[in-house]
Amino acid sequence: MNLRKYLNVYKKFLHTSLASELEYKTNILVDLITAILSLVGSIFLLSIFFQNNGYIGGWKFEQALIIQAIYTILNGITNTWFNPNLTEIVKHIREGTLDFVLLKPIDSQFFISLKKINPSGFLEIIIGFLLLFLCIKINQINLNLSFLTLSLITISCSICILYSLWFFISTTTIWFVKTWNAIEVLRSFLYIGRFPLNSFSFSLRIFFSIFIPIAFITTIPSEVFLGLSVLWKILLEVIVATIFLITSRKFWLFALRFYSSASS
Amino acid sequence: MVKNIIDVRNLSKSFDISSKEPGLKGTIKHFFRRQTKSLKVIKDISFEIKEGEIVGFLGANGAGKTTILKMLCGLIYPSDGSILVSGYLPFRRKENFLKNITLIMGQKQQLIWDLPPIESFYLNASIYDLDKFEAKKRIKKLSEMLEIDEELFIPVRKLSLGQRMKSELLAALIHEPNILFLDEPTLGLDINAQRNLRKFLQKYNKETNATICLTSHYMKDITSLCKRVICVHEGAISYDGKLDLLLKKLSPVKEILIVCRSEEDAIKLENSGFTVKNKIKNEITLKIENNSITSSLKAILNNFDIEDLFINEPPIDEVIGKVLIKKDYDI
Repeated sequence: MNLRKYLNVYKKFLHTSLASELEYKTNILVDLITAILSLVGSIFLLSIFFQNNGYIGGWKFEQALIIQAIYTILNGITNTWFNPNLTEIVKHIREGTLDFVLLKPIDSQFFISLKKINPSGFLEIIIGFLLLFLCIKINQINLNLSFLTLSLITISCSICILYSLWFFISTTTIWFVKTWNAIEVLRSFLYIGRFPLNSFSFSLRIFFSIFIPIAFITTIPSEVFLGLSVLWKILLEVIVATIFLITSRKFWLFALRFYSSASS
Repeated sequence: MVKNIIDVRNLSKSFDISSKEPGLKGTIKHFFRRQTKSLKVIKDISFEIKEGEIVGFLGANGAGKTTILKMLCGLIYPSDGSILVSGYLPFRRKENFLKNITLIMGQKQQLIWDLPPIESFYLNASIYDLDKFEAKKRIKKLSEMLEIDEELFIPVRKLSLGQRMKSELLAALIHEPNILFLDEPTLGLDINAQRNLRKFLQKYNKETNATICLTSHYMKDITSLCKRVICVHEGAISYDGKLDLLLKKLSPVKEILIVCRSEEDAIKLENSGFTVKNKIKNEITLKIENNSITSSLKAILNNFDIEDLFINEPPIDEVIGKVLIKKDYDI
């Protein structure tokens, strides 16, 4: 793989998608307001849950805020990259414009996963980080190198898992043509990631850890921040993320064999 | 000797197609128990295309032209048989193969809708690993050939269909491919835009010796660009050869409108043994077989007082229309 070429192409992707989005200023403004309102709403909801005894599943409100911060960062990443690109896969397949992508001398997964960018998602990422720094202060978390490395690893793994799940569902469009609903179900499950895994019943915890690994996405990185993490959980998240990434890649290449292109 | 750039042997393609009965009952049945059947859309076809050739694929809607084109450029896996394009198996989509080809579809677009075409050109240039200087040079050359200038800087959504198609062509040709697959490139364009596009393709073929495979329902595209046509009927090739031979075979007679000096001359001509299509006053239309045109005209000019004479080819659409509904043409 020619890294210089891919960097150049990505620079062009950034430039063209930013230029496209900036054509519609009002839309960006509305997106920004939505992001802020969504965060305020989520924190309000959390505070209601913690009103009675101050604890849910053994987590204090201040600790649960870390999950909310990580969720906000991940949601920002989702809105910046995954949403504009991965929902487009369905359109590409339905309308047959995937033809143009497949005939370019560039990795098709790279192209369809990164071509677009939604700049308003950046604000959510920034808000998420601000909230995270606030939580670090409130919870008096000691920032050291091992902590930063572990949090970087776990958050990166979370992004990989989230991306792979979404990409996997979008890929099935090649057979099922329309999978908007499946993506909506995935988004709904992601909302669950705003709450500590321990706050759910045992059976739901198993479900969210094994079948739809939402637990890995927010809870494990949050545990790292609180110093509650255990090594095997982090290793498990790394393994799960690697398996998910490889599987989604293999699945895409396999699915392309069945791509029949839309009729003209 | 000109080498073959495309070699297709016993190519077949089947698709699983689901069918649905009409009405609510049919819809419910279709939802729970989908009936699918395998449909062979391309049936054991073979052909070769030489470097620099312009070949037109003719056929009715659903005959399989686009499927053939998509298998040639590697978008669809064949079910059976073999394809070699420029020495590559297309469906493997190797980088060097993709740098050699392009696909242009009249009904689909790759340009970024909200931005001027120039942005899409530079994006494509980076995908094909062209440096800025080279990209600029090629954009200049192609935009001159396509006669577009200001349009390069206007958002695509504000361009006319003709301007958009020219920009699509530029985006698809920036890497200077030597094989062009064109699927109805003139669809929806007005007559002038169609003519300009054809002129450009002729020029491009002449200058670069690029091979062009073209499907179109506009017969003018085929007659002005393609010396050779491949007729596809229900997934099989019904004719593969020179277009003029096909036209001669399908239309063995020409219509000749003769304007006589007087009505008496026209009556004399009417009774002289030629096949008459119609006669209005001193104008008479005769049907004469292609192989006796010269001798017949000589006889008419020698024996009758003729004021004017027009030789009319039968409308090409009518002639080609016959191909689309017939299974086999052995020439």
